[in-house]
Amino acid sequence: MSDVAASTADSTEGAIRPKETIRRLVQGDLASLRVLIGLALIWAIFQFENDRFLSAQNLTNLMLQIAATGLISIGVVYVLLLGEIDLSVGAVSGLAAAVMAVLNVKHGWNPYLAIAAAVAVGLAIGLLQGFLFSRFGVPSFVVTLAGLLAWQGALLQVLGSTGSINLNDPKITGLTSTFYSDAVGWVMAFAVIGAYGAVLLLGHRRRVAAGLDSESIGRLGFRFGAVAVVTIAAVLVFNSYEGVPLAVLILLAFVVGMEYVVKRTSFGRHVFAVGGNAEAARRAGIRVNRIRVAVFGIAGTMAAIGGIMAASRLLAVNQNSGGNELLLLAIAGPVIAGTSLFGGRGSVWTALTGALVIGSISNGMDLLALSSAVKFMVTGGVLLLAVLVDAVARQQRQGSGRV
Amino acid sequence: MAAGTPLLELEGVSKAFGPVQALDRVDFAVSAGEVIGLVGDNGAGKSTMVKTIAGIHSADKGTIRFEGQEVSISKPQDATDLGIATVYQDLALCDNLDVVANLFLGREEVSPGIGTASRQLDEARMEHETGELLSNLAVTIPSLRSEVGTLSGGQRQQVAVARSLLGEPRVVLLDEPTAALGVAQTAQVLNLIRRLRERELGVVVISHNLVDVFEVADRIFVLRLGRPAGDFSAEATTEEHVVSAITGVGAEGEKRNGREDEKSANEDGEERR
Repeated sequence: MSDVAASTADSTEGAIRPKETIRRLVQGDLASLRVLIGLALIWAIFQFENDRFLSAQNLTNLMLQIAATGLISIGVVYVLLLGEIDLSVGAVSGLAAAVMAVLNVKHGWNPYLAIAAAVAVGLAIGLLQGFLFSRFGVPSFVVTLAGLLAWQGALLQVLGSTGSINLNDPKITGLTSTFYSDAVGWVMAFAVIGAYGAVLLLGHRRRVAAGLDSESIGRLGFRFGAVAVVTIAAVLVFNSYEGVPLAVLILLAFVVGMEYVVKRTSFGRHVFAVGGNAEAARRAGIRVNRIRVAVFGIAGTMAAIGGIMAASRLLAVNQNSGGNELLLLAIAGPVIAGTSLFGGRGSVWTALTGALVIGSISNGMDLLALSSAVKFMVTGGVLLLAVLVDAVARQQRQGSGRV
Repeated sequence: MAAGTPLLELEGVSKAFGPVQALDRVDFAVSAGEVIGLVGDNGAGKSTMVKTIAGIHSADKGTIRFEGQEVSISKPQDATDLGIATVYQDLALCDNLDVVANLFLGREEVSPGIGTASRQLDEARMEHETGELLSNLAVTIPSLRSEVGTLSGGQRQQVAVARSLLGEPRVVLLDEPTAALGVAQTAQVLNLIRRLRERELGVVVISHNLVDVFEVADRIFVLRLGRPAGDFSAEATTEEHVVSAITGVGAEGEKRNGREDEKSANEDGEERR
């Protein structure tokens, strides 16, 4: 009996070799590697065209620019994992920001209470849309398209005749304008690296204790090294400008936390199951509709949080908040970075890497002083390319007998 | 073929859908360590019977006894609670999840921790248990962490059967487990069914393929137009006898009818997908 187990173990570690890696790259299993290569390429091109692109100041700026979109994208990832879409996240982010602004500026609410109320509005909207979608079987596309219009109207209503509210509460504007000192930055860097090492080591020990094959020490070391290098490099860059920004910490904390939920808890497992085969999930005793409502609730919540960050950075909420291309970028990011539009495949990290890709393109083109016309066309082209790659990967999987 | 009280017993079970009498006073029994092939033409009531046992339909009349006790099965959960597991033809696996995740879907093991929502999946334990279960069943899967979508049809079927065993059932109902499988894969699945018998489970296999049924079953139970039309010991009967029970035609026409039956069986399989 144990022989069989041992042979299973061997083939896991032994069989994955170059050809397999290429196949997985094409079929989208290694989408994260693909997007990192793409990002490196984009950065190289812009750096070549304008050597200010990779300066500490511009990189810090870039991170602040993508914080709001990245946070909204986290919720979008959850919805995409279900194989659904939420077109209302942009409008919800604007409305939530307006609620916060009105409560804080016009009614003098405590900033934290105002923020909490805004998040609650996002959550309630998400739950409502999820309920309408799952209870009545209205396609999520339609429910959230209706939401997109309705919440935009609500935004105008909440803002009232002024049409724009300036934010001056230091607690709210501080969300995107707080930078930590060099020393604090380094302490956080080593805390992150240490925590990651501990997680890797504990996971490895538990697998060995359970008699399972685990990744080789070399590969674990490589992963640890990669994270350590990236963390240290990031802190070095931030510190040589104004320090580690609070906004980046907020974004990272949400990415890590929500990735934990989706990959390591049974709730997350059920999200993947519903996205992969809702009927199978139902037969396995999963309450499919409950999962759907919860996921749309998460999307609304993350949209609200993103909207608050966007308002904090703009120092105002106006009739354009949450409008323009924000919605499309928030959805395009994760898709570009490898979360499938067809459900059941993806990761919360794609919210960050996707926002980085789109943000880099937009930021780089700004540095090159290209017109909006060019920017839109390039971003559209990149999105189309990413969706094509996703669709081709899906066809490849089906071609090799995988659905 | 075990002696004593049957594990699961149907007595006079009837089920009608409007004017159609799908099951008509059916008596049926399966004992521990026994494999029963449930055969019959299209519309003979095989699926209705399995769905009645599985709690998807409830019987209009008749009694169901489990280990000698009269029970009522009105919803799928009732059947599961009794220890009746059903493996449906369309498998109900999530292709995007790996073998371990599929096996434990809906009953994941979690590490101890605070709050139900934040507790971490105990992947190490689930993978360990999956490995043990599959090696006990002599099911070979290249990697427990490969996505189910990458597996062959036979491997997928074996995963689906193995998954039904996690709830420690006493009776396993298999709906067309060998449909659409190649020769080697069919052999794997039939071997797995034999191993279920060794584990002292009661096994009911619906199949259109009499060759497979004869290969693995101890008894062959024939339904025809909702009525029991024969209950044969697989060793003591021949294919001709079973075919004539299925078709209700005498000995002269049996060969030709047998072939027709297989043809319509294939059509049926496609229809349901």
